[in-house]
Amino acid sequence: MFAAVMILLVVSGSFVFHFMSPWRATPVASNWGSIDETMALTFIITGAGFLAVGLFLVYCLWRFRHKPGSKADYEPENARLELILTFITTLAVVILLAPGLLVWGQFVTPPENATQIEAVGVQWSWSFRLPGADYQLGTSDVRMIDATNSLGVNPSDPRSADDLIVTDGELHLPVNKAVKVLLRSVDVLHDFYIPQVRAKMDLVPGIVSYLWFTPTNIGEYEILCAAYCGNGHPQMRGKLIVDSDEDYEKWLHAQQTFEQTRKAQQKTIKVGVN
Amino acid sequence: MSDITIKPDEQVPPAEVPEMELFHSHSWWTTYVFSQDAKVIAIQYAATAISIGVLALILSWIIRIQLAFPGAVSFIDSQVYYQSVTMHGMIMVVYMLTAILLGGFGNYLIPLMVGARDMVFPFVNMLSYWIYLLATLVLATSYLVPGGPTGAGWTLYPPQSILTGTPGYDYGIIMMLVSLILFIVGFTMGGLNYVVTVLQARARGMTLMRMPLTVWGIFTAAVLALLAFPGLFVACVMLLLDRLAGTSFFMPAIVEFGEHKNYNGGSPILFQHLFWFFGHPEVYIVALPAFGVVSDIISVHARKNIFGYRMMVWAIVAIGVLSLVVWGHHMYVSGMDPTFGFFFAITTLAIAVPTALKVYNWVLTLWRADIHFTTPMLFALGFLVTFLNGGITGLYLGNVIVDVPLSATLFVVAHFHMVMGIAPVLVIFGAIYHWYPKITGRMMNETLGKIHFWITFVGAYAIFFPMHYLGLLGIPRRFYEMGQTAFVPDSAHTLNIFITVMALVVGFVQFIFFYNLFHSLKNGKPSGGNPWRAASLEWQTPETPPGHGNWGETLPVVYRWPYAYSVPGANQDYLPQNMPPIKGEHII
Repeated sequence: MFAAVMILLVVSGSFVFHFMSPWRATPVASNWGSIDETMALTFIITGAGFLAVGLFLVYCLWRFRHKPGSKADYEPENARLELILTFITTLAVVILLAPGLLVWGQFVTPPENATQIEAVGVQWSWSFRLPGADYQLGTSDVRMIDATNSLGVNPSDPRSADDLIVTDGELHLPVNKAVKVLLRSVDVLHDFYIPQVRAKMDLVPGIVSYLWFTPTNIGEYEILCAAYCGNGHPQMRGKLIVDSDEDYEKWLHAQQTFEQTRKAQQKTIKVGVN
Repeated sequence: MSDITIKPDEQVPPAEVPEMELFHSHSWWTTYVFSQDAKVIAIQYAATAISIGVLALILSWIIRIQLAFPGAVSFIDSQVYYQSVTMHGMIMVVYMLTAILLGGFGNYLIPLMVGARDMVFPFVNMLSYWIYLLATLVLATSYLVPGGPTGAGWTLYPPQSILTGTPGYDYGIIMMLVSLILFIVGFTMGGLNYVVTVLQARARGMTLMRMPLTVWGIFTAAVLALLAFPGLFVACVMLLLDRLAGTSFFMPAIVEFGEHKNYNGGSPILFQHLFWFFGHPEVYIVALPAFGVVSDIISVHARKNIFGYRMMVWAIVAIGVLSLVVWGHHMYVSGMDPTFGFFFAITTLAIAVPTALKVYNWVLTLWRADIHFTTPMLFALGFLVTFLNGGITGLYLGNVIVDVPLSATLFVVAHFHMVMGIAPVLVIFGAIYHWYPKITGRMMNETLGKIHFWITFVGAYAIFFPMHYLGLLGIPRRFYEMGQTAFVPDSAHTLNIFITVMALVVGFVQFIFFYNLFHSLKNGKPSGGNPWRAASLEWQTPETPPGHGNWGETLPVVYRWPYAYSVPGANQDYLPQNMPPIKGEHII
């Protein structure tokens, strides 16, 4: 009796907690509302399953608890029942999976017109590179990193010179424009993570990974690292600022190109040597 | 149908493999220390696993105290935090759960449940334990080397695991890799033994489809382990070479804090594939024995046959096979080609079907049963609830797109603790309460057992259920402090304190269990040979605890399945597997 009541409390308490919980996903600030919808569907289906199995368990515990003289049934199997349960479960899995795969299909297919930018992770900070007037990013390789080239941009690639280099960890993006973020790490694994955007992806040294999204709400969002990257992991922070088109243009014009940063740094190095 | 009661042995085919000569020890040392008796080796395995498990428990307190009260305890800094997280995870998954379920319960139960005198390779079996002990000692010793143990996270992902930004990158990681290599060597010896014993040393009449589900679970887990551990083995060897010999298996060109490293061309993702090719089957290496044990506990204490035995067996086998092709769901956002996501999401959700069927069948076993709320039964019920919960959240993380926002958050931590931490640990406790009388000849105290159960079960649920919601909010895992973060409200911190208080309470309650375990050795009520009136073979030994060779003069002959409870027409409420058929019995 006690056990049945306790397990009833645990099962129903889980439901109460779910609906009372103040801890919910942050308001979505990108096109990935569809991810939230898939999750909402998952909550409904799995919640129903949890409740059905949990309450059936509680009922059995209460109804079939040992009483003097009681005897169990003997029923080795019931092919029909097992078949029905298999069918229902398979159906539920298909209902969960099919929309999920459709959204995943969108997730892995960036739109043609998405602006390509680059996020670079280094222990323990974020840098960014945006295309200049030619709308293209130059090639890069960590082996080209030196004192004047912290991101390893290829100086002999003609497309590199006008690339904008942002090393203060603050990325601005224009609202409602799709962006494909190329992800690159110079040392260990990192993960580009903005809770409100929903999308996240690892940065892997040696390869270029990517994710894409369209920011939909003007505002400020924190960029965190979601792949453990050593002692400073929680301190690896950046900021995404989603601007109106005008504000974005203003910010963009204030940024330095690869060529400019390189010259400025060469100068400081020379001053240092003298 | 059978109505022959005279010379029932004649219906049972003769043993296919002749009985082997048993190893007989001649001294105290070879009987109790360097023993080749599976029952002694089992206890050695379990004692070692539980001891190192206590260390992991204490480490979990360090983790929780830091998360709830950052900076309050002066010796906990980021290094200690990450070292604790790493050691806690690795110890619990490999050195505790795998070792106690296969090395402990596997050794004790396989020979007794299939009616063998011992494992087929007793010397190798002994060697398996001693290498495991060595591996455990090497791991523990990493606390004594300069820099301390590795803080790379239990997944040991390169490049960070062997670079200077990670605690223990100099010696700790070497100790960890060497220890794992030793563990796998030792484990392979044990695993081969379990598999061959099940295939070759079963008693007459013990067909595969008459084996208790515990044996099916351990057997399948051992097969999986033999296939999966080599993945980890090569990953460890290659990482060790990258660290010590300057190879670049997993290391591309890297600039570390401004310095160009001498690596080039390696792939960090390759390590992740190897690790998870081991890592995901590992979940089932832990879960399948627990599935088996819980089936048997429920059946015995509900006085009812397990529902859908054949389905249960096939589900175990199906889960085992599928578990080898789902590893990529740990890597949805790893940067591997994202089109793999389609494949791994389908295989992963496919595994939900046989798993759900197992849950249904456990619950259906309770339908029209005669449920005795003994301590082992309570732990089995606790498993059902936590496994149901943890299995369901697996559907979130397996469905690739839903995983994207949740991956690397506390949702993942909550999920895997519920499904492969709490659930199997509850089964292990249940199994100890259940088989303790066979092992010692005495009962454990039921009142203490029930106190232990309720606080552990409700407390652990209260730790991990709310934690999912912190993950939903977006709080990442492996942050030793959250710091100032706009999207995290103060209430999340309050919840963190609550979780930590529960973790301390649940941790301390385990000492009631240890007291019960040791106190009952001398003071427990004498149990007799079969206190739970169980039908499976291990309860039918001529002596309790079972003597050398388990079965006295002659090996048992098996006439039926192990779930003959409340059989209609029988004049007792259970029919032991080795009892000759009764008149009119429908033999399964």
